[in-house]
Amino acid sequence: MSLKIVVLAKQVPDTRNVGKDAMKADGTVNRAALPAIYNPEDLNALEQALRLKDRFEGSTVTIVTMGPGRAAEIIRESLYRGADNGYLLTDRAFAGSDTLATSYALSCAIKNLPEVDVIVCGRQAIDGDTAQVGPQVAEKLGLPQITYAEEILDVKDGKITVKRRLERGVEVVEGKLPILITVNGSAPDCRPRHAKLVMKYHHAKTVTERQEQNDDYMFMFDKRPYLNITEWSVNDIQTDVNWLGLKGSPTKVKAIENVVFQAKESKRLAGKDSEIDELMKELIANHTIG
Amino acid sequence: MNNIIVYLEIEEGVVADVSLELLTKARSLASKLKCKLEALAIGSQLDGIGAQVFQYGVDKLYLADDARLYPYTSLPHTSVLVNLFKEEKPQIALMGATSIGRDLGPRVSSALFSGLTADCTALEIGDHEDKKEGKSYTDLLYQIRPAFGGNIVATIINPECRPQMATVREGVMKKEIFDANYKGEVVNLEVAKYVSDSDFVVSVIERHMEKSKSNLKSSPIIVAGGYGMGSKENFKLLEELASVLGGEVGASRAAVDAGFAEHDMQIGQTGVTVRPKLYIACGISGQIQHIAGMQESSIIIAINNDENAPINAISDYVITANVEDVVPKMIKYYKQNSK
Repeated sequence: MSLKIVVLAKQVPDTRNVGKDAMKADGTVNRAALPAIYNPEDLNALEQALRLKDRFEGSTVTIVTMGPGRAAEIIRESLYRGADNGYLLTDRAFAGSDTLATSYALSCAIKNLPEVDVIVCGRQAIDGDTAQVGPQVAEKLGLPQITYAEEILDVKDGKITVKRRLERGVEVVEGKLPILITVNGSAPDCRPRHAKLVMKYHHAKTVTERQEQNDDYMFMFDKRPYLNITEWSVNDIQTDVNWLGLKGSPTKVKAIENVVFQAKESKRLAGKDSEIDELMKELIANHTIG
Repeated sequence: MNNIIVYLEIEEGVVADVSLELLTKARSLASKLKCKLEALAIGSQLDGIGAQVFQYGVDKLYLADDARLYPYTSLPHTSVLVNLFKEEKPQIALMGATSIGRDLGPRVSSALFSGLTADCTALEIGDHEDKKEGKSYTDLLYQIRPAFGGNIVATIINPECRPQMATVREGVMKKEIFDANYKGEVVNLEVAKYVSDSDFVVSVIERHMEKSKSNLKSSPIIVAGGYGMGSKENFKLLEELASVLGGEVGASRAAVDAGFAEHDMQIGQTGVTVRPKLYIACGISGQIQHIAGMQESSIIIAINNDENAPINAISDYVITANVEDVVPKMIKYYKQNSK
């Protein structure tokens, strides 16, 4: 049995390591100060997909990502780790999309693929932390979903068994294929890049990237079709533009504020024995402790 | 029609705290909007639910009672919400930002094409003017949430689509009984009208649920550790201090991500919100997303090597020293001097 697996992955700004210069004076995000990375839980999802590929011979792993041109990096990174091919969904028409419009666009792209047995994606992306796109893509495609997956245990007779990690427990559930699965950060880490695959796919590029870089390897793209990363605009997938971008987004951002906390007048201590004793004495005396 | 509806999360016949917290918030929103507060329970053997929720000011309680609806699975619960919302057209729908609410909410919002805002930290009613379209809206739900790793706070609105949907994490809102004698109406839904057999495509084979080990939310004293603790072993020192003082141990997201502490110990925007009498932050630099979850603590002590750590600004006492040096001193003094 072979499986057609799709991984939805996103390139995100690394919000976990936000430095002091990450916010501009006007309260907007200084994207240039944040490195763009592979959304961490999408890497956990990729690993689950690759494990299925290892297990069921003839299976393929296809990456679908939506974003600006530089998001092609996500597809290359996936190819280095064992994915077979990738599609970059990029168009100005997608700009301003909320989770629902994003899910609509992704679902249209998936419908444009020949056939799909399993769709896996990270539970959530670290720039929004909403965990909405997975279930919304599933709904748009009319597929069932299994969220918070920690491990895909088995696929047999058209059914998939998955272990879920919930806030207060564990569940093992079984669902029918085709299905969408969102993967938790508690799932195994993604395997590293494979040196041979890095060599193989180092020059994989989208059409736009090829036009931008007039390098000496142009001749290869005809000889080695696997180096072509497919780029799709709205015109390449069947979409209704009313469902995309700001127009297709029921939620609107009314206001954005920088977070400012009320500073307190703090007492500074150097950690000397006498200081700690004094502090503890005070806390006991005012019944904060004890 | 046009009411507020809260999805009740139920485990073994008990309504989850997060749902009661939402009912409390929704009650005040309903009074402001002069509409009714409704609650929806989906599961099996729901007779006891009314007694648990009416006192929070619920005017109408919908029950979808069917053995197949417990434990929770995505599609059947989605169908109940989607079909009931089509009939009742609520203006606002709220649910917990739990592994259930975050599985269910997006699916429902997609089916109804209504906006959903995840993990709100505040919900308010307000107006909006769209100057570009020349339209004005009154009494919208302001869904306020942190974004971008907590570095900004965004106010989200859904001007056109209903219901306006939002999820809220446990512990963010306060739970408060509205009127112990409040009585609402019970409406039993005919499940077969809302759920089709084809919705049961995912089945739960095994299930191990634990009561939360951590009592962070209700503990008056919290000793929290951050990435600066350096290892899981070093957290033992914090456990010792917490146990001596009669408190609980919490952690920052960075410490949880690094594997030093368990997930249910996480304090902050993406974890639990706490308001203890005393908060001792050890090796925590104080990223905004952490501070947002503990800034309402009465007394904050920061123990950190970095004299410029952001957490120092909001702390009452700043001890610039090694945690490993300071904490044993605290334990020693307390053991010697407390009764």
